[in-house]
Amino acid sequence: MTEAAADGGYGIRFKRLLSEYPVIPLILLLTALIVALEIIRPGIVNERWIANTIKFAIPLAMLASCQTLTMLTGGIDLSVGTIATISAFVMATQVTLSGSAAAIPIALAPAILLGLVNGFGVGVCRVHPLIMTLGTGLIGIGCLQVYQRFVIATGSEVPDYLAWLGTGRFWILPHSLLLFVPFAIGVIFMLRRTGFGRLLYALGENENATRLSGVRGWQVHLALYALSGLIAGITGLLYLGLIKAPSLSLVEPRLLPAVAAAVIGGTSIFGGRGTYSGTIIGALILTVLTTMLTVMQIPEGTRRLLFGVIILAVTAIYLRLTDES
Amino acid sequence: MSESRIPLLEASSVTKVFGAVRALENASLEVRAGEIVALLGANGAGKSTLVKILTGALRPDQGRVRIRGSELAFASPTDARKSGLIPVYQESSMIPDLTVADNLRLTDTGTEPFRHWLNELGMGDLRLDARTSGLPLATLRILDLARAIADDPVVLLLDEITAALPTDLVQKVLEVVRSQKDRNCGIIFISHRFIEIGAVCDRASVLRDGRTVGSLDVRPGVEDQVVEMMLGGSLDSTAAVGDSGVAGDRAAGPPRLRANGLSAGDNLVEVTFELRHGEVLGVVALEGQGQDELFEVLSGFERPTGGTIEVDGAPVVFQHPADAIEVGLAYVPGDRATALLMQRSVHENIALPFSAKASAWGAIPKRRERERVAEAIERLQIDTRAQGELRRLSGGNQQKVTIGRWTAANAKTLLLFDPTRGIDIRTKRQIYPLMRELAAQGTSVLYYTSELEEIPLVCDRVVVIFSGRIVDTINARDVDESMLMRAAYGLRPSSAEAA
Repeated sequence: MTEAAADGGYGIRFKRLLSEYPVIPLILLLTALIVALEIIRPGIVNERWIANTIKFAIPLAMLASCQTLTMLTGGIDLSVGTIATISAFVMATQVTLSGSAAAIPIALAPAILLGLVNGFGVGVCRVHPLIMTLGTGLIGIGCLQVYQRFVIATGSEVPDYLAWLGTGRFWILPHSLLLFVPFAIGVIFMLRRTGFGRLLYALGENENATRLSGVRGWQVHLALYALSGLIAGITGLLYLGLIKAPSLSLVEPRLLPAVAAAVIGGTSIFGGRGTYSGTIIGALILTVLTTMLTVMQIPEGTRRLLFGVIILAVTAIYLRLTDES
Repeated sequence: MSESRIPLLEASSVTKVFGAVRALENASLEVRAGEIVALLGANGAGKSTLVKILTGALRPDQGRVRIRGSELAFASPTDARKSGLIPVYQESSMIPDLTVADNLRLTDTGTEPFRHWLNELGMGDLRLDARTSGLPLATLRILDLARAIADDPVVLLLDEITAALPTDLVQKVLEVVRSQKDRNCGIIFISHRFIEIGAVCDRASVLRDGRTVGSLDVRPGVEDQVVEMMLGGSLDSTAAVGDSGVAGDRAAGPPRLRANGLSAGDNLVEVTFELRHGEVLGVVALEGQGQDELFEVLSGFERPTGGTIEVDGAPVVFQHPADAIEVGLAYVPGDRATALLMQRSVHENIALPFSAKASAWGAIPKRRERERVAEAIERLQIDTRAQGELRRLSGGNQQKVTIGRWTAANAKTLLLFDPTRGIDIRTKRQIYPLMRELAAQGTSVLYYTSELEEIPLVCDRVVVIFSGRIVDTINARDVDESMLMRAAYGLRPSSAEAA
């Protein structure tokens, strides 16, 4: 026994360090990717590139927060792509109809509503989150198409402040950090220092134990999915400012990358494990990876193939590294 | 009656060790042709381990099992089945989504003999194309039995075959079981009911602490001998636990919790009792006599099918465990893994109930919480040297966390289900005085235990449950183990009124 400890001393200590601070290997991976990118295309890593990477990673990290929060309880939220698209589309059309200030609450209302429906389905009716959120996502997009027909004549407009927030930058710092930094601090604080955050972990690890402790699970689910919907709605507004062209498929393609970011960031889809800081790094890794595959001028099919393989490999290695016992 | 014949089944010096626990030590069992043998033993004596070994579900560490003289390879349940040992378990082995006929096909059981035995059991009109999922529990047990007999067993193992059966069916089943003697089949009969054992069995084999302590011919009055055998040297363990001081003559407080004719299906029938302020009320029952349902109903996990619960004189209805906690009823289940977050810290596990209500979802008041948790850790002497995840703690320490959670939350009534099961003696010795201390401070404790020697150490009074009914209420000072054991086996139902 002592021999084994002596043999694997460094290995064991390293593993323990990794399992205590799971963000470390992720940061190492991110650094390695950036170095590799600089080698493939020298000079690409400059101020503009950094600002751009952060700019695109931010809304992805926000969308991924919905996945991290729901995955902690053993759930998932596949409706966030639709919800974000709805908020963005409603925002762009309502600016001309109701004015740019009133448009925000109007745009976020359907986001919260869909979130509440998700929470009701998951928490009260005990529908599996995967099915529930897939269903509300489809319903949402259907409603959006109906809405589109009503406002087809109004045209759309992206308010200046959203464009400023979405695309502006100060040196390597995109303006969207003004939204994201407080948001990220809020989410991390919620997970670590509030009763609600504690319940998310507890619910995902052992629902029966929470029931025994007097937790009414449906209340947590209702609040959780409503919050997830709200975050998705806000992210939609940010995407609107970033891409400036509202369409029915504005955010939908970002849904699965958001799930991937959460998983790469160490959130367990089985619940009970994960941190938001990991998810943020996960979003950065995915963004850098996308640029890398674009820069290498690989054909689209191969690029997707590689993207999938890399996500699987990273997740598998990461789990091996951080899983103890 | 058939001494000359070679035994059909012969298990000898069977030993099985789980970690530090010797579940079986040199256990043996012999069944001859045409013989019905009762396998008896108190909770934890090793009965179920022996059954699992006989049926090939577990491999023994030592010893062997022979069926008709040839050794059983212990490869798998299928092999045990092939060699002629057919078990009927408490849980139905019918696959619910298949029809009866499909289920028969799975085990290659002939329809003709199956029909015949089904007739004998009084269920001749059952359609074989019925889905088993729609059938009542009693019917499923009959199907299991008929299938097992139709498979032409060498040795038939019946584990609590009469549990959950109505009386008329019990009679039919016992008749059919008896009739198997004429077919020269050997039967191992496990039951908690001495009346049935007396009615069908030839011999009783008694297990205690993993050893076979005796084999007796069944005749009237054998119960007393069996009870003594099951208890045997357990007096030693009482001495080891030491005298932690039973409550003296404290005046009984007003009732804290009252159950009025509480029922849960057929498993718990019109149970009425009172738990007083500052009292530890013991619950004694053999496995599956309705105690699980009683605790689940009192903790708000299940709704009663009849009767009412009163807390401090006011009737209460629980829709959710949170409702029970609201009026101060905290439940510690028998399986601590279901109550704990194994990947989280001791602190978080103890503090979990603090965050339960939506009004407590905000920022955690860190200092106040740390104080409350530290107090509970101190009080229960929880060893927190193993920092971090709870799964690194010993079972005893984990169990203390499940109790400490509720002392930290100031629960006025604790519903403890077998809190000392599978934990070390040192922790047990810490838990007994803690119960007394809590009671002295006015906490009421309902204390189910599978270890009878704890009753005089911990409890003020004790209720005995048998077949879902309270059969006795005794002052804990007046009890001894054989008295409790007899009551638990339903051997003395008349004294219920006297208490």
